[in-house]
Amino acid sequence: MAKTYTRRESEVRTVTVDAKGVYYRDLNSRVRELIDGGYTEIVLDGVNGQRYIGDGLTDSVNIIINGVPGNDLGAFMDGPTITVNDNAQDCVGNTMNSGKIVVRGHAGDVIGYGMRGGKIFIRDDVGYRVGIHMKSFKEQVPIIVAGGKAGDFFGEYMAGGVIVLLGFGEDERPVVGDYLGTGMHGGAIYMRGEPEQHLLGKEVSVSPLDSEDRKLLEVVLPEFFKDTLTDGAGVDISDFIKLRPFSHRPYGSKYVY
Amino acid sequence: MAFGDQYKKWKVDDFKVSSACGLSGFISRDGHLTGGEVIIESMRVIRERGNGLGGGFAGYGIYPKHEEHYALHIMFEDANGKSRCEELLEESLEVEASEEMPTMPIPQIQAPPILWRYFAVPRREKLTAEGLSADDFMVRLVMAINTTVPGTFVFSSGKNMGVFKAVGFAEDVGEFFRIPDYSAYTWIGHGRFPTNTPGWWGGAHPFNILDWAVVHNGEISSYGINKRYLEMFGYHCTLLTDTEVMAYLFDLLVRKQGLPLPIACKILAAPFWKSIDEDDDPAEKELLESLRMTYGSALVNGPFAVIVGYSRGMVGLNDRVKLRPLVAATKDELLYVSSEESAIRQICPRPDRVWAPPAGQPVIGELKGDV
Repeated sequence: MAKTYTRRESEVRTVTVDAKGVYYRDLNSRVRELIDGGYTEIVLDGVNGQRYIGDGLTDSVNIIINGVPGNDLGAFMDGPTITVNDNAQDCVGNTMNSGKIVVRGHAGDVIGYGMRGGKIFIRDDVGYRVGIHMKSFKEQVPIIVAGGKAGDFFGEYMAGGVIVLLGFGEDERPVVGDYLGTGMHGGAIYMRGEPEQHLLGKEVSVSPLDSEDRKLLEVVLPEFFKDTLTDGAGVDISDFIKLRPFSHRPYGSKYVY
Repeated sequence: MAFGDQYKKWKVDDFKVSSACGLSGFISRDGHLTGGEVIIESMRVIRERGNGLGGGFAGYGIYPKHEEHYALHIMFEDANGKSRCEELLEESLEVEASEEMPTMPIPQIQAPPILWRYFAVPRREKLTAEGLSADDFMVRLVMAINTTVPGTFVFSSGKNMGVFKAVGFAEDVGEFFRIPDYSAYTWIGHGRFPTNTPGWWGGAHPFNILDWAVVHNGEISSYGINKRYLEMFGYHCTLLTDTEVMAYLFDLLVRKQGLPLPIACKILAAPFWKSIDEDDDPAEKELLESLRMTYGSALVNGPFAVIVGYSRGMVGLNDRVKLRPLVAATKDELLYVSSEESAIRQICPRPDRVWAPPAGQPVIGELKGDV
């Protein structure tokens, strides 16, 4: 079933699809047909709960979603840009390889699971296990930025890449949940403000930013603010800390007999 | 064919392997009654979470004409079970009314058992003789029927509420049981993806005892411990599915033992010892320690998201590390809880607030005091 979809023309060709009540398989087939037909910008109106949108697509198309897409949005995606003008659910960008997913709202659990390239920008809160087991590969560095707060197991088993947490939000919840970076052995988590010590997983430590870190945030944050339509005026890079793993092989001595 | 064998005959075309159960529920805190088509509409959105091997609903406020009577929904494998069961009912209860449950035969719902409902109260002389409250008497009767009458299961036993469940997708089960003909202030729906236990009629959700109805996504790995613990209090698990313990645990902890609902939730989804140790409030720390020590066998382990209905309200609750999804929303006097936000947005496009409840922290909606 492996089939690649290549862009046929260079100019922008937009098409709008009424997705209201359309079964997810029919909707996703339709999207593939439209890409095959040379459309480069596909607007999906009235989306609600349809799963697997953008999954496995390899083209550099834009997909604009009006409504709440279902689980596994952009899974295995390799190139497209998806913009969601609403909230998203669980497993956004599952194992994605390249491209960008922008959610102008909140998103659920397990965002960017095993992600190995591309960007995921979530304007508001994210759920549990965000960035679990994300990894970098050669020149590919996956990036997740969340503007709100995050649940437990943030960056769990993280092996590479970058996660940024801004912590916007009025409620009294802490910016991040418990078991932060548990099992982390690569990559970096940047947070605005220092997390309470007891929330930290055993494998991570807090350090200040160095010049490379600052340079990275100076590039990533403006892009996030622009894409998510967030006012980033009050955000000062000096307020960020960095979480790094103590070791890139925390379990190197386990199961070795 | 025994109930427990039905799943072997059930075939689903285009069978999927990747999914999970789907939950959705809402309560109108002002007591406003909503037609059952609304919960069906919500469940339809999360159809993919189930696989057609179980679907069901619970509605509260559906039997106003019989609100003083226990409404027993019973499934019978055959007429023998029915007559044996009815002897038992006659002996124990004053049956006000009984009738075949209204259904709409549709091809999606195969091999239904005999489905009958009874509106009844315990015979006064029985209560006096046994020295039991009406609720306790009914629990014992339900357990007696489920354990001693072959092929017979009481799947709903509350007042002014009812559970409807079958093998099938939720929306088909809803059509089969004519759910749109009922109006309720609380509706709960479930689409099942059975993993470890058979997809049979009794094993569909919700699970019920008295007015408690539970729909569940996940698996209760402490089932054995919970089941044996409940047996000490006269609850017998007969429906071959882990979720059953949850209904009985709520009945035991809240109705029988009178614990406040939030405390019961702290027992079922007890905080880790690490979190208790980190608690700055000495009184709360002592409470949480006491609960864990006293109610270790009522701790529900494993991944779960549940919605629990009862006469006065509805609760959404996650396991302690949120291994199953749960989303909540409010709109005016309505509280919604579901596995997926889309299932809420389908029936409430613009909620006042949508959020993901943190692990182990119940979301509770109750009828307002004067309702």
